[in-house]
Amino acid sequence: MKERLSGNEAIATAMKQINPDVVAAFPITPSTEIPQYFSTFVNNGTVDTEFVPVESEHSAMSACIGAQAAGARAMTATSSNGLSLMWEMVYIASSLRLPMVMTVVNRAVSGPLNIHNDHSDSMGCRDSGWIQLYSETNQEAYDNMLMAHRIAEHPDVKLPVMVCMDGFITSHAIENIELENDEFVKDFVGIYKPEQYLLNHENPIAVGPLDLQSYLFEHKRQQAKAMENAKKVILEVSKDFENRTGRKYEFFEQFMMEDAEVAIVVLNSTAGTTKAVVKNLRSQGLKVGMIKLRVFRPFPANELAQALSHLKAVAILDKSEGLNAAGGPVFTEVTSAMQCNGISNVKTIGYIYGIGGRDVKTSDIESVYTNLLKIKDTDQIGNIYNYLGVRD
Amino acid sequence: MSSLMEIRWHGRGGQGAKTASLLLADAAFNTGKYIQGFPEYGPERMGAPITAFNRISDEPITIHSNIYESDYVVFVYDTLLESVDVTSGLKKEGAIIINTTKSIDELRPLLNGYSGLVCTIDARKISVETIGKYFPNTPMLAAVVKVSKVMDEQTFLTDMVDSFKHKFAKKPEVIDGNIKAIEMALKEVKYYEQ
Repeated sequence: MKERLSGNEAIATAMKQINPDVVAAFPITPSTEIPQYFSTFVNNGTVDTEFVPVESEHSAMSACIGAQAAGARAMTATSSNGLSLMWEMVYIASSLRLPMVMTVVNRAVSGPLNIHNDHSDSMGCRDSGWIQLYSETNQEAYDNMLMAHRIAEHPDVKLPVMVCMDGFITSHAIENIELENDEFVKDFVGIYKPEQYLLNHENPIAVGPLDLQSYLFEHKRQQAKAMENAKKVILEVSKDFENRTGRKYEFFEQFMMEDAEVAIVVLNSTAGTTKAVVKNLRSQGLKVGMIKLRVFRPFPANELAQALSHLKAVAILDKSEGLNAAGGPVFTEVTSAMQCNGISNVKTIGYIYGIGGRDVKTSDIESVYTNLLKIKDTDQIGNIYNYLGVRD
Repeated sequence: MSSLMEIRWHGRGGQGAKTASLLLADAAFNTGKYIQGFPEYGPERMGAPITAFNRISDEPITIHSNIYESDYVVFVYDTLLESVDVTSGLKKEGAIIINTTKSIDELRPLLNGYSGLVCTIDARKISVETIGKYFPNTPMLAAVVKVSKVMDEQTFLTDMVDSFKHKFAKKPEVIDGNIKAIEMALKEVKYYEQ
């Protein structure tokens, strides 16, 4: 069904169609509209979800942990400092193997105070043990939501999933979207049947007890294994989704990559702007391409390295400053993946861009391709760590 | 030939520019177009200047930046003519559409010597006469449809009747006024060539 919705409306619609057992949330810009819209569905009886209007994000995540451990399907949404306040419980959720789903509407983490988009919030918890799916558009945010529970709840995975989209740019812009009907969503997402849960009196369990030198390492190893397993499950669920909707999802999208000589690796909404630039440069006969990362956790290291291996030069764009004096998080992981896969003949540079909502224009992206083409022609890499659109 | 139409709206916080851009996106969507409608969020204060944008196309739109080259620039408040770069990125084949009671001679000095089409409409008068209160977005929406020809006027009117019936299901008394505002606005836009 064709609709026009903002990203937040798309997420709230997905949550309505999923009809989870529990939603606990605390409002924070720019994700506020998600629990706001969802609470109207609760109020008018469209969903039978238990909605918990908590007093903080720490409590939101705690309530989701309690609900999910009890055997319920739980969801929440947040942004920026809301995610920061959840921090302690974000790690608890993944290490207790509770397959909840959270939307992160990406926003700069303070300070100084800024309400606009960058990826410092979700990138900040890239090592928290959550699966992370990124979304270029309202459509991808909606589709990622429909796939999230299936991935999270799979018996080989049992990890929470974070669905990320750009604050304001995606969350507050009205765009076309294709929605699935309620029956499809109900059928596709399925019923949650946890193997073990607190309210199962026939098989009582303890959740989250003391775990010292003799076991924590093994539990972390199992968690890491679950993240590895998630790769196969993400592809299976995405394939099933594609077969039933026609919309294709993998670890990443390759745009005009086949004969590309230079390319940009990017995620979320800037990928769309980059596609427009790629098309324009292609019409001038330039062999440029783009890879849009959808799955950042688990990190598709080998697949990504292979996809980049035929290039002469690649630029990796980060919308968060790693502040490590050696490149943003996507850059360091992609370059590590290339190194580990023996790909040493592709010149690789990084850009930090769009921090704190700095608008990313087509001319900004063009300047990256111009630099890449220069690197290809001259074989001189120049600066490895670059900034796009900053005043120096 | 690109079918992409790009529009920049200037208004004041809480007074309808964002809503007008979303209404335009809605109306264009209903005629089968690909659309984007989005505001540039700044400090959220009633009365502060805000900018909103529309992209409308026959093909999917992937660009997610603000708009830097507009086909049309719309001023929901003529007082903003003095504080923003009116013609920034405005194509000369486009137009400036202004809600104002001023004459073209009074406006010209504020328009950076723009050589293209200037259109004016008295949205206050239309709104007060039809809706009974000052809501400039309905007449401004009609003016933009009229000037940009983004869709057929009759199709637009029919679509807006449906949309108002849906939107104001609980306030049917305002439906007639809004439809009259659109009909009147479609007739009252004034065109000034250079």
